[in-house]
Formats: sequence, structure tokens, C-alpha cells
Amino acid sequence: MQFLSQLKPGQHALISAIEAEESLFHRLSALGFRVGKPLSIMRRANFNGPLHVRLGTTDIILRNIDAARIQVNTL
Amino acid sequence: MKRIALLGMPNTGKSTLFNRISGASARVGNWPGITVDLMSAKILMGGHIAELIDLPGIYDLHGFSDDEQVVRHFLANNPVDLVIILLNSSQIDRQLSLVLQIKKLKLPAVLALNMADEAKQTGITIDTESLEKALHMPVMQISAKYGDGLPKALQAATQIINQNHNASNPQAISQLLQEDNQIEHEMEALIQHHVHIPATLSDNTTDKIDKILLHKWLGLPLFFIAMYVLFQFIFTVGKPLQDGLAWALNLLRTEALNPAFATSPTWLSGLMLDGIYNGVATVAAFVPIIVLFFLVMSMVEDSGYLSRAAFLMDALMAKMGLDGRGFVMMLMGFGCNVPALMGTRVMRSRPMRLLTMLVIPFSLCSARLQVFIFIIAALFTAQQAPVILFALYAMSFLTMFITALLFQGQYKNSEPFILELPPYRFPTPRQIVLRGWQEVKHFLVRASKFIIIGVVLVWFMTHFPSNVAPASVGTYAGQIGVLFAPILDPIGINHELAIALIFGFVAKEIVVGALAVIYGLQGDALMVQMATQIDWVQAMSFMLFTLIYTPCLSTIATLKSESRSAAFMWLSIAWSLGLAWIVSFVFYQSARALGF
Ligand SMILES: Nc1nc2c(ncn2[C@@H]2O[C@H](COP(=O)(O)OP(=O)(O)O)[C@@H](O)[C@H]2O)c(=O)[nH]1
Ligand SMILES: [Mg+2]
Repeated sequence: MQFLSQLKPGQHALISAIEAEESLFHRLSALGFRVGKPLSIMRRANFNGPLHVRLGTTDIILRNIDAARIQVNTL
Repeated sequence: MKRIALLGMPNTGKSTLFNRISGASARVGNWPGITVDLMSAKILMGGHIAELIDLPGIYDLHGFSDDEQVVRHFLANNPVDLVIILLNSSQIDRQLSLVLQIKKLKLPAVLALNMADEAKQTGITIDTESLEKALHMPVMQISAKYGDGLPKALQAATQIINQNHNASNPQAISQLLQEDNQIEHEMEALIQHHVHIPATLSDNTTDKIDKILLHKWLGLPLFFIAMYVLFQFIFTVGKPLQDGLAWALNLLRTEALNPAFATSPTWLSGLMLDGIYNGVATVAAFVPIIVLFFLVMSMVEDSGYLSRAAFLMDALMAKMGLDGRGFVMMLMGFGCNVPALMGTRVMRSRPMRLLTMLVIPFSLCSARLQVFIFIIAALFTAQQAPVILFALYAMSFLTMFITALLFQGQYKNSEPFILELPPYRFPTPRQIVLRGWQEVKHFLVRASKFIIIGVVLVWFMTHFPSNVAPASVGTYAGQIGVLFAPILDPIGINHELAIALIFGFVAKEIVVGALAVIYGLQGDALMVQMATQIDWVQAMSFMLFTLIYTPCLSTIATLKSESRSAAFMWLSIAWSLGLAWIVSFVFYQSARALGF
């Protein structure tokens, strides 16, 4: 088991758990982060910047701290 | 009156549809968070007059950011006869959750699957007929941007309106606005049965562009190069237009207005021509540049590049307690600070919102740009001009960064940064023209409100009492200049400029108008006169002060209403004034010490 924040560009994974307080959890799920969903890492910005993730038909950028709340199983 | 609301996630085309149905011009942009307040228009639907309401986007009905609260509050307080739910067809796999939430509220609804054009390109097919049966509401695919499918959608909406259902019950809704977990499963089932999404989407233009624009090392340099090129474009095209317009306005005066006022008393012709006409004409000559500026701005907003800028800059912004969205607001502030301040509503943490609002007023808005173009043209050569202007933009960023760094300790926050990257899009000519026209209107409104009153006041202050020479120390304006001399002399700002600065507090457009009135000249003659009155060091000091000292009354009013705190507003004013003086002082005194 890994966190989304640990993945590298090009990797694919399935979301296994999301640990966030309620309001963040809602936002994440509205943007498509739901348990069981596949995702892939498109790129990472320089200087420890945000992560660019593709979930189904949606592209999302998020910071590492927030990505660390999402547990994934790599494919 | 019937009430119809447009509801959907951010960036799904609600405002585009609103504009199309009502003929209004709500602001559209390819950035989640362009609409942060309610906007309404009266429309005719099935023989009823109905009120159409464009709501801010919401990710779900349980959201807690200020813009989402606007929607919850609206639904919990106003009965509605129909909601038109909009979603992005290409993202139906996740956006359907909002539809199901709204359905639970038992609001009379139609579902419009927008951006059918893009879905078609990516190869996503939706069986609307079967989805309609499963959802028990009319479902149709439309394209708000190009107008496809709209008549059918409006027909369905009219039908519901004509059935005269009871309007929604706000109280019941406010109770129902609670959590629901079933939605997830329901949504999966619906997608599986009624939607086909190919494994790899067939349109990858956006991916290809992103490979370059979001490149690890090229991304940021490309951003700055693009900005420089855009501004260069605006000036190479806009400056001749401005010069032409100024020439024409001057011709109008010498050929038509001067003879017309030849027989009227001197004070009247002075007020009308040297006062109002010179002042307003000098400002009006900037309209072409401003329109051009906003055309470019609207293309940038609509392209989807702003979210990319947020991606590129977030790491740097994080060091200042802000995030990538804050950077986008700074860029929007280049147009006008007011909508940029309102745009901070997408932030949920109050400290981060306040910190962002504290930096936005330093963003070099288009009104300040007019002052700078004017002064630069008067005191610098054509070769120096772009460099000076670039330096002022750099200074604008620098003051924002310094402010954030200094104040981030006071506004600590742990706001999550999660943002959607929309595909690249291009505005239609219609959207561009609409936006350009919008800005001309905005200018005319400001012109009639502030500028005329401002220049008239300046004229009186520089011409009374009438027994002394105009604009001399003896006039009211001169006396005010003497009053402020102890503060403004050390930064090289003379009496004439001081008066312009004081009026610039109300709106920056008045500054150039005021200078025209103070010197009693217009166009080239005014520029030549200014060049003999002040040197480049004074001009630079004046521009630095103008950039930093406070944007305008509208911005201050917005700061107060958005922060709901007078103390915060005063903090912002005091900090801007203080910083402006320090920066100008350091610049002016060191330049003089170095012998310039
Ligand atoms: N391709 C396409 N783009 C659209 C359509 N409707 C809206 N857009 C674009 O989507 C973006 C968001 O539109 P906007 O109306 O501001 O969305 P809102 O946030 O829901 O109000 C803009 O760039 C629009 O030009 C459509 O039917 N097709
Ligand atoms: Mg909108």
C-alpha cells in the first residue's frame, strides 16, 4: 500500500482509501476521488510542486500534502 | 413570477448558457470560479415572465466555500420553479453525483448535458433517452457555446414551467441539504447503463499542448515570455490607435468646439473645454488600448491556461502562505482588482482568503496601466518604454510577494490545494466581442460617474480663487499641494502631481484627466509640457507611488464587503500607503544621491 503522493509520473494505481475531514472528503469525491477508482500520474511540478493526476475524464492538480491523504495500490 | 435557476459544477458552461438564453453578458471563463455571485435576468418563457438565475458553480450541495454557500443559501431561501442542471458531458462519470443530490431535493429539474461538441470529439456517447427514463427528468445534450440543442432544451423547460408545479419549498430543502451516501452506487449504475466512455479518449490536443506548456523546465520561462509577447502585442497595436484617437479628439476641439464656444464667457469655455473636454478626451483616448487589453485577457481566461499557471507557480506561492489560485487572482487583478478580490471566494480558509486579498490591490490594473503609458510616453523614449513598463509589472509582483511574506505569519492556514485542469478552449468571436463591449460600457459608466466629476473638481480647484494665476500656489489646489509638501517633497512629487494623486485615490482614470486639466493642455502638447516640468526620476517615483498607494475606492469598498471587516480594510490602506511612500522615498533619494 502506498500514498498517492509517493507515485511517480507514468504510474497507474487504484484508490484504496481516502482519509480527510468531511469538507475535504466531499470536495475530493466531487472531483472524482472515490475508493476503487483508477488514476494515473501525468506529471509533477518542479521544486516539490503539485501533482497532475488523471482520473477518468478529469485532470486534477493537487499538492503533495493533500495527495498524502489518499491511499492507493499501484497497478 | 417564475424563477429558474442554473445549477452545476464550476466551469460547466452555466454562464455561457445564461448569456445565450437571456442575451445578458455574464462573465465567462475557462477557470472554475469566474462566477462567485448571483446574477439574474428576466426572460420570456412559455408566455410567462421568468427570472433566470446564474448561480456560482458547486461541487456538491454540502460544500463550504463562500461561493458554494451562496448557492445553498439561495436554495434554502428562495422557492424555485425549475432548475436547469448543467453538466459537462465529457465528465458525466463524476458530475452525475450533483444531479442525484439535486434530485433528492425533489426540485422540478431538467438535465442539460453541455459541451456535447467536446464529448463527441472525445468519443463519449450518452444514451439520453434511457438516461431520461432512469432519472425521471428530461435529459438533453446541448452546446451552450455553439447553440446546438438549445431549442429542444428550452422547450422541455417551458413544458415544466407551464405545468405549474408547486415551486420548491425552501424549508424542506434546507433540511434535505444533508448527507447522502447512496448516491455513489446509484451513480455507478447509471453510468454503466447509459454512458459509453472509451478506454483512451480520442482527442489528445490538450495533452500535446500540456507537454510543452507544463514542461518541467520550459513551463515557467514560457509563461513569462508569453506575458511579455502579449503586452508587446497590446502596445504595438494599441498605441497607434490611441495616438490616432487623441489626434481626432484634438481636431474636434480645434475645428468644432473652439469656434462653438468662441462667444461664451471665458470661465464657461474654460470649464467646458480646458476642464471637461480636455480631461475626458485624454482619458477616452485610452479606450482602444483598454479594449484590446481585455480582449487578450478574455482569450487567456477562456483558454484554460490560468489553471496551468496555478500549477506552475504553486510551489513558489506555497512559500508565501498562498497557493496557485492566489497567483491566478493576481493575474486577474491585471484587468481589474475588484473581480479578482471577489474571485477569492473559492478559498475556504479565511486566513488564506484575507492574505490573498491583502496582496491583490498591488496588482497593476488596467486603470493604473493608463497612467503609466501616459507618463512613460511623455518622459521616456520609445526604446525605453517597454523596459520601464516591464519593470513596473515586476515591481507589482515584487510588492505582492513582499506583502505575502511579511504577513503570512498572521494568516497561517492549511487550505488544501486541489484544482481541476480544464481542456484548452478558444472563445468564439461572439464571446470576444461581447467581452470587449462589456469593458467599453464599464468604462463609459466610470467615465460618467468619476471622471467628469473628478475633472470638474480639479478644474475648480486649479482656477479658484479667481484673483490668482491658474494652477499657481495661490489656488486651492496649490494650497493643498503646500499642505502635503512635507510628505511629498522627499519623494519628488510636486504640487501639480500631488493634486492628481489625491484624485487618483478615487479612481486611477482621473489621474491622467486631472493632469490634462492642471496643465490646461491635451495630447502631444500636454506631454511636451510635462517633460519640461518633471524629470525622469520624479516621473518614476510618481509611478511607483501610483502603483502601490491604493487602487481606487471601488477596490477599497470591495475589500471591506468581502472581508466583512473594516479593520482589515484600514490595514490594507495603511500598509499600501506606507509601502508606497517607503518605496518611492528609497528610489527617489538613492537616484538623486547617485547624481541622476
Ligand atoms: N466546447 C464547449 N465549450 C463550452 C460550452 N459551454 C461553455 N463552454 C466553455 O466552458 C468554459 C466555462 O464556461 P462558463 O460559462 O464560464 O462556465 P460556468 O463556470 O459554469 O459559468 C468557457 O471557456 C466556455 O467558453 C460548450 O457547449 N462547448
Ligand atoms: Mg459562471
